[in-house]
Amino acid sequence: MTLFIFRRVLQGALVIFMMSLVVFVGIYQIGNPIDILINPEAPPRVRQEVIERLGLDQPLPTQYLRFVLGALQGDLGDSYVYNVPAFSLIAKALPATLELAFAGLLLAIVLGVPLGMWAGYRPEHWSSKAIMGVSILGFSLPTFWVGLMMIVIFSVELRWLPSGGRGETASLFGIHFSFLTWNGLTHLLLPALNLALFKLGLVIRLVRASMQEVLKQDFIRFARAKGLPQRVVVGVHAFRNILLPLTTILGLEFGSLVAFAVVTETIFAWPGMGTLIIKSISVLDRPVIVAYLMMTAFLFVIINLLVDIAYSLLDPRVRLGEEQG
Amino acid sequence: MSAQHPPSAGHTVAETAPLALEVRDLLTRFVTKRVALTAVDGISIAVRRGRIMALVGESGSGKSVTGLSIMGLIDPPGQIAGGEVRVGGQRFDVTDDRQMRRLRGNRLAMIFQDPMMTLNPVLRISRQMTEAITTHHPEVTRAEARARAHSALALVGIPSPRERLDNFPHQLSGGMRQRVAIATALLNNPEVIIADEPTTALDVTIQSQILYEVERVCETHGTAFVWITHDLSVVANLAHDVTVMYAGRIVETGPVRDVLENPLHPYTRGLIDSVPDIDIRKGKLIPIAGMTPQLADLPQGCKFAPRCPLRVPECAAEPPLVTRADGRAVRCVRPLDTEPPR
Ligand SMILES: Nc1ncnc2c1ncn2[C@@H]1O[C@H](COP(=O)(O)OP(=O)(O)OP(=O)(O)O)[C@@H](O)[C@H]1O
Ligand SMILES: [Mg+2]
Repeated sequence: MTLFIFRRVLQGALVIFMMSLVVFVGIYQIGNPIDILINPEAPPRVRQEVIERLGLDQPLPTQYLRFVLGALQGDLGDSYVYNVPAFSLIAKALPATLELAFAGLLLAIVLGVPLGMWAGYRPEHWSSKAIMGVSILGFSLPTFWVGLMMIVIFSVELRWLPSGGRGETASLFGIHFSFLTWNGLTHLLLPALNLALFKLGLVIRLVRASMQEVLKQDFIRFARAKGLPQRVVVGVHAFRNILLPLTTILGLEFGSLVAFAVVTETIFAWPGMGTLIIKSISVLDRPVIVAYLMMTAFLFVIINLLVDIAYSLLDPRVRLGEEQG
Repeated sequence: MSAQHPPSAGHTVAETAPLALEVRDLLTRFVTKRVALTAVDGISIAVRRGRIMALVGESGSGKSVTGLSIMGLIDPPGQIAGGEVRVGGQRFDVTDDRQMRRLRGNRLAMIFQDPMMTLNPVLRISRQMTEAITTHHPEVTRAEARARAHSALALVGIPSPRERLDNFPHQLSGGMRQRVAIATALLNNPEVIIADEPTTALDVTIQSQILYEVERVCETHGTAFVWITHDLSVVANLAHDVTVMYAGRIVETGPVRDVLENPLHPYTRGLIDSVPDIDIRKGKLIPIAGMTPQLADLPQGCKFAPRCPLRVPECAAEPPLVTRADGRAVRCVRPLDTEPPR
């Protein structure tokens, strides 16, 4: 187990290193931040001074080296716009995004798993067909349109829920969360649902397909031959086997939820990384963009590691490279 | 279609033991939008306590569907369209799932062919065994259920059962897994166990060990077995009686020795002749000519007639299964011992 984790951490470090290279070179190709940062009427001397201070006159490899050396000490550069460390900006916006992504994932699971299990258990039933029809909608309707419709219906027309912001937050371990207060929770519901809808169709389809696959297996027939009630056959014997593919997919999808939160955060004015990155892109605030992309890569690596560990806990056949049975 | 009656009383105790399983005129169909295929057509079987009834026949003859039908485990599009099942003299409605569930794994158990796939890969052996007890006997404590699982494993010859209980299936060999499945079937001391080719996937030494354990269980517990198999040498060594199926029907049934030494149906003869003999001097195998018929287009009259070397014009009408004075039954207009034999 320790050996496995050690190997995976090395792999993860490699991935992040590659990512940093791609991101840095990629960003270097986009526009010139100086044009946006400095008043065009500023004298050339001032302009030159700023370029030198930011190191933009150096060749790309030198700039990259400076970035890496800084990054290793936890310094991803200062935001051009806010003049504070880019990392601290990202870190401050991270909890809001993670909260939103977790809430979206939770809703997708809580709604998607039972619906998918039912649709897989009784594929011919009319309700299963209805579920599958709705899941296609979840796939194909654009997130931003659904988000706007939600605001129109639930906030503007019905006035049930607020249309944007985080609402009141309360602090847990020194981090602020919305779900801890009733007001925050009402703010969280719509954006989380909006984000969840995007994944709901996927979860339903995956669970349904796995369910149908598992129900064909001999061990299900053997479980029934023991006289177990259907509730145990499906809820324990089949369900425990579905958990494996579900964990993998959800782990990977969590990353994309963080990424897709950009859209939802923008619609619902949710003050997370998504809102921050959209602003930063529009003013070419390179350090913040780079810090955001690095943070996202880092999240993906961490999530993958957690998924592998969860997988080994769920599947007795996987022993993380040790004592192969 | 006449119901088959149990063999007439013989001289041993076992032959007069009470009936553990009685199946009458079982009818199972697979109904799709276009066709209804009758996979099991009027099968009747009777097995006494402590006896082993072999069920043989070519692939596709309906052996597994018969076994699953008796258990009430036929899934749509399959449906049981008729017949009755009695266990220990008590009648059960095979289509009533609540009734059958109380029977399954309790008084009537089943084991399957592929030991690699019969156990749930993500649950421990102990869980998979004890749940078979507690689902039928909720009053049994976990510790007690575990103790019973432990002794069932020991009974089927599993070394260090205590460690095995905490294992997952992948930690056990195929032979061990099949023993676990058998031990699980034995947990509630069922009156009948239906075994669908349980040793086919195992190598011969493991197979004979398992057959030995089964024989012992059968004798000491008085369990009745329906043993589905392709292997006539298993039939000869293990079973007391044998039923031969062809195209969803019984073509012949009787005591093993009688049937194997003196088959009455040309199909039974064909099965026996197509068994490879270990004695190479005996010469070539004689396979049965032709192919197993498809359920969708069964011939009129005797279903075996098109492949039968002894076909006569009367075969154009399907003969009934006739029970004879000696307790054997055969479905043939001209059983092999009537005319001057061949
Ligand atoms: N789910 C199903 N749908 C349609 N037909 C089926 C189904 N299951 C079985 N059958 C048909 O029922 C017939 C009997 O099949 P069964 O599995 O009982 O044969 P078997 O004697 O057990 O053969 P084997 O020796 O290969 O196990 C076959 O013709 C098969 O095609
Ligand atoms: Mg079969």
